[in-house]
Amino acid sequence: MELDDRVERAEGCRLCHGGGMALGLDVLTEQDYPPLQIFAERIRLETVKELGHLGFGHIGGSMSIAETLAVLYGWELQHDPDDPDWPGRDMLVLSKGHAGPALYAALALRGFFPKSELETLNQPHTRLPSHCDRKLTPGVDMTTGSLGQGLSAALGMALAFQMDSRRRNVYCIIGDGECDEGQIWEAALLAGAKKADRLTLFVDCNGRQLDGATKDVLDLGDVAAKFASFGWHVQEVNGHDIGSIWTALNNIHMISGRPHAVILKTVKGKGCSFAEGKPNNHSMNISQDMVDEAVKEIQERISDLVRGPKNRTFKGV
Amino acid sequence: MSVNLIAKHGMKDVSAMRDAYVNTLIKLAKTKREIVVLDADLSTCIGMDRFAKEYPKRFINCGIQEANMMGVAAGCAAVGKVPFVHTFGTFASRRSFDQVFLSIAYAGLSVRIIGSDPGVTAAYNGGTHMPFEDGAMMRTVPGATVIDACDCVQMEAITKLAAENEGLTYIRMPRKDVKKVYDTGSEFVFGKANELRDGEDVAIIASGILVDEALQAAELLQAEGISAAVVDMFTWKPLDTETVAKWAAKTGAIVTAENHNIIGGLGSAVSEAVCQLCPVPVERIGAQDRFGQVGAQDFLMDEYNMRAADIAEAAKKVIARKK
Repeated sequence: MELDDRVERAEGCRLCHGGGMALGLDVLTEQDYPPLQIFAERIRLETVKELGHLGFGHIGGSMSIAETLAVLYGWELQHDPDDPDWPGRDMLVLSKGHAGPALYAALALRGFFPKSELETLNQPHTRLPSHCDRKLTPGVDMTTGSLGQGLSAALGMALAFQMDSRRRNVYCIIGDGECDEGQIWEAALLAGAKKADRLTLFVDCNGRQLDGATKDVLDLGDVAAKFASFGWHVQEVNGHDIGSIWTALNNIHMISGRPHAVILKTVKGKGCSFAEGKPNNHSMNISQDMVDEAVKEIQERISDLVRGPKNRTFKGV
Repeated sequence: MSVNLIAKHGMKDVSAMRDAYVNTLIKLAKTKREIVVLDADLSTCIGMDRFAKEYPKRFINCGIQEANMMGVAAGCAAVGKVPFVHTFGTFASRRSFDQVFLSIAYAGLSVRIIGSDPGVTAAYNGGTHMPFEDGAMMRTVPGATVIDACDCVQMEAITKLAAENEGLTYIRMPRKDVKKVYDTGSEFVFGKANELRDGEDVAIIASGILVDEALQAAELLQAEGISAAVVDMFTWKPLDTETVAKWAAKTGAIVTAENHNIIGGLGSAVSEAVCQLCPVPVERIGAQDRFGQVGAQDFLMDEYNMRAADIAEAAKKVIARKK
C-alpha cells in the first residue's frame, strides 16, 4: 500500500465527520493520538505546499497551530464537510486570520473542498484568500484578518447559543501578539462577566510577532493570569502535544459558568525546516527548494508515525 | 405610495424619537424572535431598558466597549440573530468603524446600527459627541444602507424595514423631541425619496431634522413668489438618483440640507448624482467642514446655518446661478 493511501486510511478511521461523539467512541485514548498527529503533519505538509505554490506567505503562525487544528477537526468540532453550513455545527473563528492557509489545509483534508483547490491560494477570484473569509470558503465560519476582532464575533456566537440554551460550542484561535489589541481584553471582560461557557479560546503563544519576540515588542506578561483574572477557566498546555490539547478540551466540558482559555505553548514555524526558529518567520519568501526540503522532512515524520508501534494496535489500520 | 404630510408643520412630534423606536422594536420582537438588542451602557438614554425588562435574555449590555459590541453583534448575526445595536453616532462610527466595516459589512453580516444624537442634536454633550461625519463614513462602506430619520412615524417604519434589511444598516436617529412631518399611515421604502411639496423654481432635498426646516423655507420662498419643491431623502444610500435627476431636470436648481458635514453626506451624495445625471447648480446647507461644539440645539442650528432662512437664502443663490 502506498504511504498516502495508508495515511488516508489512518485518518479515515478516526476522523469521521460530526466530531468525537460521531466516532462511536466514549473516550479518546492514547492510541488515537497518532492519527491526530498524522493529521497535524498533513496539515503542515499541505500548508507548506500551498504557500510554496505562491512563493510567499504567513508560514510561522500557520505551523504553530497545526496540532490544535488537528484535534479540533479530527475530534472536537461537531461539523459536516458535506454540509458546511449545517445549523447544528460548532463554530470556529480563526481570529489570527493570517493563519488561514493552515485552516484551509485542515478543511481540504477533511473534505470541505478538493485538496487541489489549495493551489488557488491568493489567486484571482480564489475561494482561499490570505485571510479568512466566511463568504468565500466552505467551512470558514467568520471573516477575520484585522487582529483582535475575531474573539468578539466568537463571543457573540457563544452568547447567542447561550440565550437559546443551545448545546453548540464556539472555538476561537488568537495569537499572543494579537493580545496587544485592546479589543481582545474588551471581549475577555465581557465573556467573563456573561459566563460565556460555550466559548473556548486558544491563545497560540509562539512568543513572536512580526517585529520580533513578543516580550521585546510588547511584553504580555502572564497571559494565563490575565485571563484568569477576567473570570476565565484557564489551562496551559504544550501546543504541539496532541494528548495535552485533547485533555484540555476534555476538561472544558466538565466546567460550566466560565469561558475557557487554553494557553498553547508553541513554536513559531514548528515542524517546517526553513521556518522553525528563524527570526523573520512571520511571513517569508519560499523557494521551491525550501518547499521540497520541508515536504521531505514532514513526509518522513508521517511515515514514522504510520509505522509507529502505537498505531499498529490501532483498530482498523 | 401614499405619503400624507401633515397640514401644519413646525409642531412638536407626539413622542420622543427614542420612544417610537423602542416601542416598535418591543412589538416587533414578539413575533420576530431572532431580534436581539445590544448597547454599550447607553440603553437607558434611549429607553431600551424597557426592552431589556421585556426580553432580558435577548438584551446584551456590553458596557462601555463599542468596538467589542460591533463584533459581538456580528457574531450574533453569524448564527442567525437579527441584531439591533445602539450607541451615540460618534461611537457607532468613528470609535468602531473598522469593526463595523470588517466584522459586519465585509463579513456579509446583517446588523442594524442606531447612531443616536446625530449632528447638532448632540447639543450639550458638545463637540466630542457631535457626529457630523458618521453618515459620510458609513456611505463609504460597500453595500451599506444609510438612513437619516426625521420623525416618529418615519422612525417606526424605518425600524420595521431595518429588521428585514440585509447587510449593514446605519440609522441616524435623534433621541429626543423632533418636529412632526408625517401623519400616521405614511409609507416608506428604503432607497425611495418622499416628495413632500411640489415646486418649479428650485428643489430642496433634505433629510433628518432639516426636513421641517426645508418645509418652512419653502413657505418663506413662496411669500417671495418663489416656488420650491421639498424632497425628504431619508435614505442617503442607496440614493434615489432617479428622483434627484427628476427634480434637477424639472427645477434646474438644487439645495441640499443636512444635519451633517456637507462633505461626504447628503449634499455630496446628491451632487454626485446631479453631476452624473443632470448637471445643474447645487448649494449645500449643513456644517461647512467644521467640528461640532457645545450648546443648545437651537443655538447650534443658528451657528451652523441650518435654519429655514439659511435654506431660503441658499435657494435664491442657486436660482441666480441658473443659466
